Amino acid sequence: MFIHYVQLGFYSLRRNPVLTLLMVMSIGLGVAASMTTWSVFRVVSGNPLPDKSSQLFVPQLDNWGPNDIVKNGQPPNAVTYRDAMAFMQAHEAERQTALYPVRYAVTPERTGAEPFRVQGHAVFADFFPMFELPFRFGAGWSRADDDAHAGAVVISRQLNDRVFGGANSVGRSIHLGDHDFRITGVLDNWNPQPRFYDVSNHSAFGDQPDIFVPFNRAIDLHTQTNGNNACHENSAPGFEGWLHSECVWIAFWAELPDAAAQSRFRSFLEGYGAKQQQSGRFNWPPQAQMHNLQDWLDYTRVVPSETPVSLAVSAGFLLVCLVNAVGLMLAKFMRRAPEIGVRRALGATRQAIYAQFLAEATMVGLAGGLVGLAFTALGILAIGVVFEAAIARLAHFDLWLITLTVLTAIVATLIAAFYPAWRAAQVQPAWQLKSN
Amino acid sequence: MTLHPLIAALSKHKAGVILIAMQIALTLAIVCNAVFIIGQRIERVGRTTGIDESNLFLLSQQWVGAPSGDDADSIAKLDAMQREDLAALRALPDVQSVSSINSLPLLGSSWNGAIDIKPDSKKAFGRTTYYFGDDQMFPTLGMHLIAGRAFNAGDVHNQGFRDQKDPDIVILTKVLADKLFPKGDAVGKAAYLNGSGKPVTVVGVVEKLQAPGLFNSDDTTYNSTLAPVRLDANFARYAIRAKPGRLEAAMRAVTPALYAVNPMRVLDDNSVKSFADIRHDAYEADRGMAILMAVVALVLLCVTAAGIVGLTSFWVGQRHRQIGVRRALGARKIDILHYFQMENLMIAGAGVVIGIAMAVGLNMWLMTQYEMARIPVLYVGVGVLAMLALGQLAVFVPARRASNVPPVVATRAA
Repeated sequence: MFIHYVQLGFYSLRRNPVLTLLMVMSIGLGVAASMTTWSVFRVVSGNPLPDKSSQLFVPQLDNWGPNDIVKNGQPPNAVTYRDAMAFMQAHEAERQTALYPVRYAVTPERTGAEPFRVQGHAVFADFFPMFELPFRFGAGWSRADDDAHAGAVVISRQLNDRVFGGANSVGRSIHLGDHDFRITGVLDNWNPQPRFYDVSNHSAFGDQPDIFVPFNRAIDLHTQTNGNNACHENSAPGFEGWLHSECVWIAFWAELPDAAAQSRFRSFLEGYGAKQQQSGRFNWPPQAQMHNLQDWLDYTRVVPSETPVSLAVSAGFLLVCLVNAVGLMLAKFMRRAPEIGVRRALGATRQAIYAQFLAEATMVGLAGGLVGLAFTALGILAIGVVFEAAIARLAHFDLWLITLTVLTAIVATLIAAFYPAWRAAQVQPAWQLKSN
Repeated sequence: MTLHPLIAALSKHKAGVILIAMQIALTLAIVCNAVFIIGQRIERVGRTTGIDESNLFLLSQQWVGAPSGDDADSIAKLDAMQREDLAALRALPDVQSVSSINSLPLLGSSWNGAIDIKPDSKKAFGRTTYYFGDDQMFPTLGMHLIAGRAFNAGDVHNQGFRDQKDPDIVILTKVLADKLFPKGDAVGKAAYLNGSGKPVTVVGVVEKLQAPGLFNSDDTTYNSTLAPVRLDANFARYAIRAKPGRLEAAMRAVTPALYAVNPMRVLDDNSVKSFADIRHDAYEADRGMAILMAVVALVLLCVTAAGIVGLTSFWVGQRHRQIGVRRALGARKIDILHYFQMENLMIAGAGVVIGIAMAVGLNMWLMTQYEMARIPVLYVGVGVLAMLALGQLAVFVPARRASNVPPVVATRAA
């Protein structure tokens, strides 16, 4: 029976091609607009570390006081060097790391080759297990290396390819700035989006870091931050003066696996703030707070405002196209009132009429989905114009998106078809036969 | 024409009427807000920076093996390297002037602080962004000095990148100077930077200079403070003005010139960037958003128009016989045309009334979520007129067809 309805539907769709085309295009456009923007949205608002995001926390300490006008009463997003070091030494979390972005020039060993720039982060040993970095060769350095201020380095697969031709380079050294660093590990591809681990310092969407160096070693070498530095007041001169200032520039992460660890860390944080107040560093009770990974991405507004606005607009667009489809389907179905009357008079039940028109709607939805697929592909190509290149590169067409596009089109069309199909089923056979 | 039969007829097609009205309302709400967003973005992109952008480019480079310490020796060495670079760049035939600089408008990376007219202020009076450059900063950027004097070679001193030492003199932008000294007498007065107790003298006022940050709110985007300081670090930025028409030649010449001075440095494709490219990159997202909104609005209008054409055609088909009867009873073609036009006007009128409420509601929701401004009445007004016009345009073809129904149809069976 279903096949018969599909045939009937096909015949009917061919009977008024203009109306059919309008419906199909309308649904296709609506679905394509929402799918295109959704493809960007899922990239930028995705959870970069799903299995651990509720266990990773960023603490904040209000070291600038309530009178600072910059932050609207919120503590700064980064911490000072002295606080980061105090958190590291307290060792209150299972794993923890302070980190800041760095940049070095690499001097190739071959003579005549020009130096080139690498960027990455200065981190502690816990960084690698904490954020589950995949290694191609070797591993991260040890906590003992941290304590020894060792010149270790973890390099990206790309950098390894460039400098060592892809060979296992563990144990060899690389010349960063003016100093040799011993390679302990080579990463496999690792570039979570958003780059959640240092959102207050660099753009959340972009290239994979080339290097990770030990934090203590980077400080020893007076490596400046390659990210933001926010100061409340002038600090003492020089690098040492900067380290001891109230300037904030370091991201801190703590891994707190359960509620007990979280409340322990929270009370440590509050106690630390109170102690700093007692020692006279602050003349205000410093607000201390912490966010887990997902909340932190919300709090720091990592998702560019363009994306949710365009998603909202696209959803509205889909809605208009659906309302449009309801109207057109109503026109199309009701035009066949005489035919329905005959079928009903010949014994077709209301359910049969329903089934017939929903089958027809499914075909419209399927066609709309295929048209939508073509438009979505076009839209994804055009995304480069709308969003920053770094984000646009990430939006892509995959099986999941294809399935979702076609499914959305069919489901949306079926929803739109319910009312017209109901109206068609309500047709009184007697009236239609009489007027004929 | 009396409206009574018209309304009576509409009440027979409640579903269709509601659908068209709904569609017009939704379209109005979305298109109004989309056009408003486009307008805002165009306004943002159209902001002037206050500098002469043509023939200007930026060079960012990093030395390899340069001193990384902040002792006097290292700073002196870094400064010597920087001055050597500046001299080499100034000697190039296609280059008009060069200044060391920490950032440029629209570049993004900025150095911000607070400025006040009282010493040791803990509550910052005004937010400002800092530009550090040498005496060539004025001719290179092409800013307009409107009071006092520009920096001269004797004003310039150098300091380490992390030495937060206040300069002796500064130049302010007009908006900042007026905020601090509302009487307009800033030149010669003292100001205090970042809550410090050391007075710095304002020696001049420039007409305009935009901050490097793009996300400054509108009231701080032109609050700039210029200081005659050459910052020394293991990297440096140079703002370079090419001679008129020689921009490309100058951009090609700088890299070999600097390698000739000292090959131990990182200078890649991204190191030399024209100001036109800086501007292009800075507003990429705004431009994209405007294009996206324009496409959405346009396609939406087409979809809505198509919907009206479709439904009205259906009604015309349904009322074929009635139209014939009306014509047979003496109605002219124009009366039939007017009937359908009037009908559409009523439906669209109801739609826009709902649409106005929805447009304002959508705008208010966007305001709470994404720091959007309130939509001006003008946008909604124009939107309303556009929707009514769209309705009339869309209904014209089916209405014309209706008016061509011959009176003889009345005598035939349906």
